[in-house]
Amino acid sequence: MAAIDFESELRRAGALASGRWGKLAYLAQRHLLGTIGLVIMALFVLTAIFANVIGRYDPLTVDAVHALARPGWQHWMGTDSFGRDVFSRIVHGARISLAVGIGSTALGATFGVMIGLASGYLSGWVDLVFQRVTDILQALPLLVLALVMTAALGPSLPNVILAIAIPLVPIVARVIRANTLALRELPFVEAAKSIGMSEMRIALRHVLPNTLAPLIVLATAQLGSTILTEASLSFLGLGIPEPYPSWGRMLSESAAEYVRTAPWLVIFPGIAISLAVFGTNLFGDALRDILDPRQRG
Amino acid sequence: MFAYIVRRLFLMLLTLFGISIVIFFLLRIVPGNIVDILFAAAGYVDPADKAALERQLGVDQPMVVQYLHWIGGLLHGDLGYSYVSEKPALDEILPRIPITARLAGLALLFSASVGIPLGVLSAVNQGSRLDYALRVVSLSGLSLPSFWLGLLILTASVAMFGEIPIFNPDPKTWGEVFATYCIPAMAVGFRSSALTMRITRSSMLEVLRQDYIRTARAKGASESSVNFHHALKNAILPVITVVGIEAAFLIGGLIVTETVFNIPGVARFLVEAIRWRDYPIVQNLVMFIAVVVVTANFIVDMLYAVFDPRIRYSD
Repeated sequence: MAAIDFESELRRAGALASGRWGKLAYLAQRHLLGTIGLVIMALFVLTAIFANVIGRYDPLTVDAVHALARPGWQHWMGTDSFGRDVFSRIVHGARISLAVGIGSTALGATFGVMIGLASGYLSGWVDLVFQRVTDILQALPLLVLALVMTAALGPSLPNVILAIAIPLVPIVARVIRANTLALRELPFVEAAKSIGMSEMRIALRHVLPNTLAPLIVLATAQLGSTILTEASLSFLGLGIPEPYPSWGRMLSESAAEYVRTAPWLVIFPGIAISLAVFGTNLFGDALRDILDPRQRG
Repeated sequence: MFAYIVRRLFLMLLTLFGISIVIFFLLRIVPGNIVDILFAAAGYVDPADKAALERQLGVDQPMVVQYLHWIGGLLHGDLGYSYVSEKPALDEILPRIPITARLAGLALLFSASVGIPLGVLSAVNQGSRLDYALRVVSLSGLSLPSFWLGLLILTASVAMFGEIPIFNPDPKTWGEVFATYCIPAMAVGFRSSALTMRITRSSMLEVLRQDYIRTARAKGASESSVNFHHALKNAILPVITVVGIEAAFLIGGLIVTETVFNIPGVARFLVEAIRWRDYPIVQNLVMFIAVVVVTANFIVDMLYAVFDPRIRYSD
């Protein structure tokens, strides 16, 4: 029987990692895909923040002389039919995607948590009503509900954020409700009750913090889908209005014509969308593995 | 079982009733009716004309009356008239359904026949390079927007054949059927296949951890017998539920893909109707989609209860 190599086993388990950086390096190595996702997300956020510095041209300036220029030194990703620089538009488009992604996820999660917590903690008729409302909202596909909402409210950035946030509410509420129901039976809630803590305080101070981990996992998982939904809405011409550089809008239906004459108008915005969503998905998966090991696949 | 079915049916009708209210009032949340919008675009118009049109379309009546009128008609099979074509809404919607149904069926077939085997392969080889690669592929599949995939297919078709495929309403040869239905169906089904694969994998892993799998191995059952006879048979159940979720997932893909490939199905029709503010068409189409999704979920629940009797008692 071969001797056990203790050192290599310990290193593999991360026991030898020391210091803050050592532990971080161990975590990064253990969750390589998640780290790649985090790097992509960081690049995405930095691009959005420093869009003015990175983009070499103004994303809205029309330049008819250089319309539909091929990618080259002047315009790295070419120009569109109005002569606007595609690279600059993609860089500025990161702002819109990020605003919609974070805005609608935060809005949807906030209302979802409130409804889920009330529904799971109070039960009774409150729960019954909320359950039926979530049933109704969940019977419609995300894109259909968002389409009808933007059609009703009119296309603008805040309306798009609202239209994408509403379908998220039932998804978040379901998870928080199930979690609250499980937490309610645990001894520490009973203990809090027995020392005379108010119901409101128990719900907010004891139950809510314990639903945070699944909430973070869920919110990260939904971030990618909100970015995709915004892109789909704008692609269909019902999302962010012209002339703002939304990635989906850049691919809007006229793209079917450019497929023949100017494929760069089709390829680059699509890469931007896919990369941003891929990054959030990779990170979300790793986060789920770390925070919610029961679901680990 | 009978009581369970009745309860589920009742909840299903309640949900559909709720959706009809939500959709009807959501579309009318912004002040001003369709006539205001039409006339605003036309500039100055005679108020008498406007009042006549409002009466003709029935929008001069209170909202609740309009709603009851719509629901009453719906129960009799009368869906109202399209604002745009002025034809009965039913005649506009019905002929477009088979096209979308064919696409959806092919897309589901594609997603199951690619997603399930790859998911099993990934789970059986958990932790291997193959598993790692397949997980990255499925995650990137979920990250690609369906409409971009469609546009990429069109770009590739231009590069190879110099032309983009045009929708052929009456395909004769197998090649035409392939170009008309199979390629768009793959564009729709690609994302679903990634989802199916992920769910098959995690469901399969869950089952492979069970005691009876260890027992089967201990008895000396072959690896393939354990994987397919013991594990897959039990792992497939949660995968069936996904078909319900995928019905909703697919509709999103169908909407953008029909737009990209210019296919005259119901999904693209919904976008057109929304753009034209053709509310009789929009509200009926959304109801139709809701009925499809709710029915798919109902069938899935029934299948689940048939295959797994524990469900009936616990719910």
